[in-house]
Amino acid sequence: MDQQSNLVEVRGLKVDFMTTTGLFTAVNAVDLDIRRGEVMGLAGESGCGKSTIAFALMRLHRPPAIISGGSIRVDGEDVLALTPQALRRWRWRKVSMVFQSAMNSLNPVLTIFEQFRDVLVGHTGMRREAARARAEELMKLVGIAAARLDDYPHQLSGGMRQRVVLAMALALEPELIIMDEPTTALDVVVQREILTEIMALKARLGFSLLFITHDLALMAQLADRIAIMLKGRIIEVGATQQIVEAPEQAYTRALWDAMPRLETLS
Amino acid sequence: MTPPILELVAASKTFRIRNIFGGEKSVAALQQVSLKLDEGRALAIVGESGSGKSTLGRAATGLFPLSSGQVLFRGRDIATIRGRKARLKHRRAVQMIFQDPFSALNPAHTVRHHLERPLRLHHGLSGVALGERVAGIVAEAELDPDHTLDKYPHELSGGQRQRVNLARVLAVGAELVVADEPTSMLDVSIRRSMLELIARLKTQRGLSLLYITHDIATAHYIAEETAVMFGGRIVEWGPSREVIARPVHPYTRVLLSAVPNASERLDGDSAAAAAFAVEVARVRGMARAEVGQWTEVSPGHYAAV
Repeated sequence: MDQQSNLVEVRGLKVDFMTTTGLFTAVNAVDLDIRRGEVMGLAGESGCGKSTIAFALMRLHRPPAIISGGSIRVDGEDVLALTPQALRRWRWRKVSMVFQSAMNSLNPVLTIFEQFRDVLVGHTGMRREAARARAEELMKLVGIAAARLDDYPHQLSGGMRQRVVLAMALALEPELIIMDEPTTALDVVVQREILTEIMALKARLGFSLLFITHDLALMAQLADRIAIMLKGRIIEVGATQQIVEAPEQAYTRALWDAMPRLETLS
Repeated sequence: MTPPILELVAASKTFRIRNIFGGEKSVAALQQVSLKLDEGRALAIVGESGSGKSTLGRAATGLFPLSSGQVLFRGRDIATIRGRKARLKHRRAVQMIFQDPFSALNPAHTVRHHLERPLRLHHGLSGVALGERVAGIVAEAELDPDHTLDKYPHELSGGQRQRVNLARVLAVGAELVVADEPTSMLDVSIRRSMLELIARLKTQRGLSLLYITHDIATAHYIAEETAVMFGGRIVEWGPSREVIARPVHPYTRVLLSAVPNASERLDGDSAAAAAFAVEVARVRGMARAEVGQWTEVSPGHYAAV
């Protein structure tokens, strides 16, 4: 695969929210490239606009949010120009997303398999038996017994639900997976287990990853490059090592200093 | 010698879960846990989801009765406290801070209401004296009085809300605070300042703290001592720095190795991923086994291995 070419090219992206007091610009003049096979980290505090970028990338934003400027190209395709039907086909197949509270992104009244079937049948027209086989394969991929496909979400632990959501995101072998705080609600041991699995899957399947979190230490373990956001703008982008060891912006240094750390002991 | 402010003696709690079809199963959330907390000190209880750490915190405040064992507050078994006055006194002295700072506040009332009410009810304050105390407490919790007092919880950020919860605990006049994951729903970028505020208030006010967390990296900011919980039991206990620097129990080691560390890359090496999974599975399997022998590894540092 060509490592140098960009899978995602965002130029001058501007997202506004219509509020009762006028327009609020949540994302302003953002340029962002994600190369093929790259893990791009997007870090910043709550409310800085990082999730808004994620939603805009998949055109999942809803009013009052509007994309009022800029362009988004994924694999050469102009995402903002896609028709609703094209958009439906494009999502999951090209780009998929794992949300912050995966617990809540599963439908509580459908079994896990029904939810896999929705994705697989809806997008590929696969027959039920084929969808079952593919769902079993995907569950195995994320380390859950295939028999759990007939369970309802509440019968799974938080970590397992997060794995199921990850398996669904992988279902159509997308080229980019956006993960918005995928492990924030989990405790550290489960978090580590899931992240090592994600990285092993990435090495095998070769997708690109946009990884969003406010935990810089965690991000530094995964990302090839990191972008730091502040008040709707990307203020610094660099290789992970540079952001860790020699950040240029005072704000990036402040973010590091504000984190509780173990290393301060040694 | 004055008794410790909080002592648990062989505390056990078993929950019975009944499903809608009448089947029943029991979960031993707390098994024979004993611990001591001296006045003005802090003990961190560290463990993963389901380790029983929140059950321990709730049992310590008397939110539910134990299945067996005792909770002693200043040497007195809290199950034997009788009479409205004595019970109120205990509730005033022992307060909790919860993980979710939003659901812990009443959305229909302002910050001022949340802080004035305990001062009126528990300390009989009113008028100018009340206003001064509210102002004092707001300053202690490092909240801006002009911008927060007349706001509703939804108008505040997560960090501000947790500061309001902290201020409310101060207003009641708590002596022992059980803080159950007070920072885990906050941004990483404000966690440290929140921990430092709690540590400062502990010193200034002489508060005693039971700090419950899954993040072992934060324990040493507040607590002199750390106890690691696993499968409803305490498996390691010692000075926080000692436990972090020289962990003995395999579970403590797993917890520490899972703390995000910027200088350690997760590079998708599937052998490393498998090795970690194997170790976690091995350690999880130990939760079902009996606890080992308690040994003192270094002065004050104990482990059940």
